Amino acid sequence: MSVRLSMTVNGKPVNADVAPRTLLVDFLRDEMRLTGTHIGCDTAQCGACTIHIDGRAVKSCNMLAVQAEGSNITTIEGIAAPEDNMHPMQTAFREHHGLQCGYCTPGMVMGAIDLVQRHPDPDEAQIREGLEGNLCRCTGYHNIVKAVRAGATAMKSR
Amino acid sequence: MYEFNYQRASSVADAAKKLGTGEDARLLAGGQTLIAAMKLRLANPTDLIDLSGIAELRGIKADKDGITVGAITTHAEVAASKDIQQHIPALADLAESIGDPMVRNMGTIGGSIANNDPAADYPAALVGLGATVKTNQRQITADDFFTGMFMTALEPGEIIESIHFPKPKRAAYMKFSNPASRYAIVGTFVADTGNGVRVAVTGAGACVFRVLQMEKTLSAKFAPDAVANIDVAADDLNADMHASAEYRAHLVSVMAKRAVEKAVAG
Ligand SMILES: Cc1cc2nc3c(=O)[nH]c(=O)nc-3n(C[C@H](O)[C@H](O)[C@H](O)COP(=O)(O)OP(=O)(O)OC[C@H]3O[C@@H](n4cnc5c(N)ncnc54)[C@H](O)[C@@H]3O)c2cc1C
Ligand code: FES
Ligand code: FES
Repeated sequence: MSVRLSMTVNGKPVNADVAPRTLLVDFLRDEMRLTGTHIGCDTAQCGACTIHIDGRAVKSCNMLAVQAEGSNITTIEGIAAPEDNMHPMQTAFREHHGLQCGYCTPGMVMGAIDLVQRHPDPDEAQIREGLEGNLCRCTGYHNIVKAVRAGATAMKSR
Repeated sequence: MYEFNYQRASSVADAAKKLGTGEDARLLAGGQTLIAAMKLRLANPTDLIDLSGIAELRGIKADKDGITVGAITTHAEVAASKDIQQHIPALADLAESIGDPMVRNMGTIGGSIANNDPAADYPAALVGLGATVKTNQRQITADDFFTGMFMTALEPGEIIESIHFPKPKRAAYMKFSNPASRYAIVGTFVADTGNGVRVAVTGAGACVFRVLQMEKTLSAKFAPDAVANIDVAADDLNADMHASAEYRAHLVSVMAKRAVEKAVAG
């Protein structure tokens, strides 16, 4: 059985026939070749696969592609404004050394943007709480917190 | 996961009809539990009936004696609801404590209570507040709804439509979380309903339970020291790598005391 799927990904309409058991993360990576979204655990623990659906952060490894029918999806490839290379949150991660190997980073950035949309001026506790679902094996989180704070400030003046 | 057929339901009646046609058809709400279980092949339904497009199942309504929450309302929507923050802040706090933001954006109240994980948070709120579950067939009180580990009073083909929470005089939920998943190692919900006190505990046993002795002493005097010395027997409590039964029993009293402190402080 395959199911017709229509959605918008990074501003472009997408139509496809998918097997119902296809995970959204596999559809994005394998069919759309948007490999910026990573698979860290495949068990909904690590947040590396975080994307936005209609502006809200979700784990794309823990949902079916068909569940995204009719929605507006943004991946890490789609967050920068067309005239910019990078989104202010990405720039903040680079400037504050908020990454080492970079594996968790796309999910961290997507989670951080969702956090700042809900709390435009987050304090350290809100940042740590807000990134509860994103794990990093490298950085020890300290610089990630700094990056998110700087990114929040930069997003205000965007 | 194994192959299955996928169908979107347009109404509750449509979902009930589709549920009846598959050999082993299951409802899909947020998928935060079911998809994970299917990936592990712990659940292998032949058909999934997606409820997410049914508008009548979504949303939060306040009336004069309480709040009604539609079955596919997400944890994030409950946490952010102005009505719930105003009338039952303990319920908004509880929803905000579930998992992480991504889980809260997908996971639903109906999926959580239908699953009845022994460590889930919502069962404590439903039993603590004396809520009523409305299905496509009947109304079920929270006391009758949760029947055992991963078990509920739901019959095959029965679909949760909404949950009605009566407004308490004051209430609070305190959880000792698993540091990784945020599921409750022990969570205690205390509510002064205006018509007696209710104390509901999740995480500690196979299924949410009430502590009647605490309810009695708190009904006489709603103060933290009223529960501090009431010990819960460890005999039937859960023991695993996270906590022994004795430790969980101890946490029940500690969380109850903190919940009363919080409810009194308001
Ligand atoms: C990383 C992670 C952390 C988590 N942490 C917590 C936590 O701290 N506390 C907590 O309580 N939970 C936690 N959860 C579980 C989460 O709350 C789930 O959202 C919830 O248990 C299931 O809701 P769902 O909408 O995703 O249901 P689904 O997974 O879609 O469905 C679950 C079950 O309910 C049935 N069902 C769904 N809707 C209905 C309905 N309307 N009527 C009848 N049956 C229905 C389905 O058929 C299925 O059997 C966590 C999950 C993850 C992945
Ligand atoms: S890959 Fe999705 S949460 Fe880890
Ligand atoms: S930078 Fe390596 S996992 Fe986070």
